[in-house]
Amino acid sequence: MRWLWIDCIIEYEPDQRLVAIKNVSLAEEHLHDHLVDDKPIMPFSLMIEGMAQTAGILVGSVTRFKEKVILAKITRASLDCDVTAGDTLRYDANIDRIDDGGAATVGSIDRRVPGGDAWERIGKIELMFSHIDNNMSGISFPKHNFVFSDNFKMILDTAGLGELLDN
Amino acid sequence: MSRDDIFEKIQEVLDDALGVDEDEVTPNASLTADLGAESIDFLDIVFRIEKMFDFKISQGELFPEGLTENEEWVHDGKLTDSGLVMLRERMTHVNFDNFADGDRDVSTIGDLITVNSLVNFVELKLAG
Repeated sequence: MRWLWIDCIIEYEPDQRLVAIKNVSLAEEHLHDHLVDDKPIMPFSLMIEGMAQTAGILVGSVTRFKEKVILAKITRASLDCDVTAGDTLRYDANIDRIDDGGAATVGSIDRRVPGGDAWERIGKIELMFSHIDNNMSGISFPKHNFVFSDNFKMILDTAGLGELLDN
Repeated sequence: MSRDDIFEKIQEVLDDALGVDEDEVTPNASLTADLGAESIDFLDIVFRIEKMFDFKISQGELFPEGLTENEEWVHDGKLTDSGLVMLRERMTHVNFDNFADGDRDVSTIGDLITVNSLVNFVELKLAG
């Protein structure tokens, strides 16, 4: 079981863009161990993981999840403010470049303005993904795609995108 | 586009891809040995050069790939004569002279890719 850091997919433009939502909750134990001035703060590293999962699904979908897509590099990441319990985050991932070897993605993190429907931009993340079967010559990996496991299927199914995994 | 213009753009590419300062990007700087590039950085650099100069780079065109899988090219971790001929034909932007006269350890081939190699490559691509 892999720990998912996104709750649902809300937009999908094939081969281009995928948007996911993350609701930050005090039910998440890690928040109780990451306090800044006694306030529970979501670690930025977990937001990067959330973006990596969002962008990783997008990159995987280009080849209908036939390639094993691994996060290989955090090219650039910036965050302008703290995120805490009760916040809703929106990860907006876009493919910048993609080829047989891997992909580069650019993305933004938005936070829902408390008490409203508006969103504010709070961060930017650029990532590199590797298609490991094409890059790690001499190393063999299991044939099945262990990257996109059952809980990813659940998220895709919930978003009505399960057929991408089945083809 | 002049060679100096290409060099300046390559400086920008490496600044963005590797997080190095432009003054570190000297013509003879090795991407791996001097600028700290790792394997995934090569893909990043390929993407950025494609975007910067608006041409397509095939896999293995800019950086050597799949060498060790061919015994005709690599034997006991050393580049063979036919491997050297193949690389010189395929990668005219890289200077293999010192490598050819040395121990030909393939694990050090990546060190041969310098900033100048990238400038040579772009110059050749733009010339068609």
